[in-house]
Amino acid sequence: MNLLDYISQPANWTEAGGISDLLTQHLYYTALSVLVAAVVAIPLGILIGHTGRGSFVVIGLSNAARAVPSLGLLVLIVLLLGTGVEPIILVLAVLAVPPILTATAAGVHGADREAVHAARAMGMTAGQIVTQVELPLALPLVISGLRSATLQVVATATVAAFAAGGALGQLLISGQRNNDYSQMFAGAVLVALLAIVLDILLGLVGWLAARRARPRSKTSPELFPVPA
Amino acid sequence: MIDWVTNRSLDWNWLGRNAGMIGSLTLEHAILAVVPVLVAFAVSIPLGYLVFRTGRAANSVLALFGVIYSIPSLALFVAMPAFLGTKILSPINIAVALAIYSVALLVRSVVDGLRSVPSSVKQSASAVGYGGLRRFMTVELPLAMPVVFAGLRVVTVSNIALVSVGVLIGLGSLGQLFDTGFNRNFYTPIVVGLVLTVVLALIADAVILLIQRGTLPWARGRRAA
Repeated sequence: MNLLDYISQPANWTEAGGISDLLTQHLYYTALSVLVAAVVAIPLGILIGHTGRGSFVVIGLSNAARAVPSLGLLVLIVLLLGTGVEPIILVLAVLAVPPILTATAAGVHGADREAVHAARAMGMTAGQIVTQVELPLALPLVISGLRSATLQVVATATVAAFAAGGALGQLLISGQRNNDYSQMFAGAVLVALLAIVLDILLGLVGWLAARRARPRSKTSPELFPVPA
Repeated sequence: MIDWVTNRSLDWNWLGRNAGMIGSLTLEHAILAVVPVLVAFAVSIPLGYLVFRTGRAANSVLALFGVIYSIPSLALFVAMPAFLGTKILSPINIAVALAIYSVALLVRSVVDGLRSVPSSVKQSASAVGYGGLRRFMTVELPLAMPVVFAGLRVVTVSNIALVSVGVLIGLGSLGQLFDTGFNRNFYTPIVVGLVLTVVLALIADAVILLIQRGTLPWARGRRAA
């Protein structure tokens, strides 16, 4: 049996519920949950980074988030709220919050202090300092947080198929059920490629943002990425 | 309302009856997560040194390693048999995949650590007659170790969280509790699995910290990346 049997059949891509549909669904899950997480985590991160309060909560949260098995959280929430798109999006968004929150808080907090002092001396209000100085300087780090969050979500959306079906994880389940390794392999390769492509794209966006944010603030370290 | 709460509170009887099974799953989980880290640690020091020695090319090599840990764990687990020729349900798939992640992360830590050694220190060592290998083993490596230990902690904790996903392809140790709970619509195993995984990660993290304190007394209190 050939590894590429499944992925190389055009019919497997175009049929209803085929690879194209699953890929679209995977992207939809990913985009929606990262968006939901960003809407919550970016303002909160700005608040924590700007005031310098609550940073211990952020550090604790990001450490704890690394230790929580995504499958366990997924299964727990699906049992509590039922199967369907909303519980899945909720779990994915919950897992995406810590990286975005940590990165935003670190970026805003680490924004070049001299620039912030200069802005204040020029008479900028707190709101202007946040939007015109701290946030532009923090942008590369915020994007690196979005990047980690996206990887986490792409990975967990795959696992989600085992609780709710759908997305690219469906290929893994169906392949296992049909005893067709080439179908499982297709799922694995597509998920890996999707993650790598999104990682490279967001890395590029981050690089562009970092070039714009010059002079780079020395205090913002690159975040430690982890597999998901 | 009462029913809702009772259905979702912990079933201590189940817990008591299955304590033995839960204990052995926990042990298996710890072994499956930690052994790849030990192997990766042994591989990463020489490999990290080689990457570090490439100088400017090191960043490109590290970027390649970065691509490895952007691959979702389930995808890597499932793809393993294609490269190893193993059966899809073999525990070797999970162990090797975790070792690959661990190497990818640790090599980066080793390079970061070696880069953090001040060149004045290296030049002093050379000036008093330390040769290449001796300088690496007795000066550069010890000074790089705090950063390597920071990487070890991250890798170990993330491995412990990742092992559970393996249940979807047959072997997930504590992840089996998630499977059991989900199939039987039963909360107790899920909560127990979540709690034990996090506790295991905390214990492993504390053990590594203790080893670091014991072996690198000069780095005490210094926070590494």
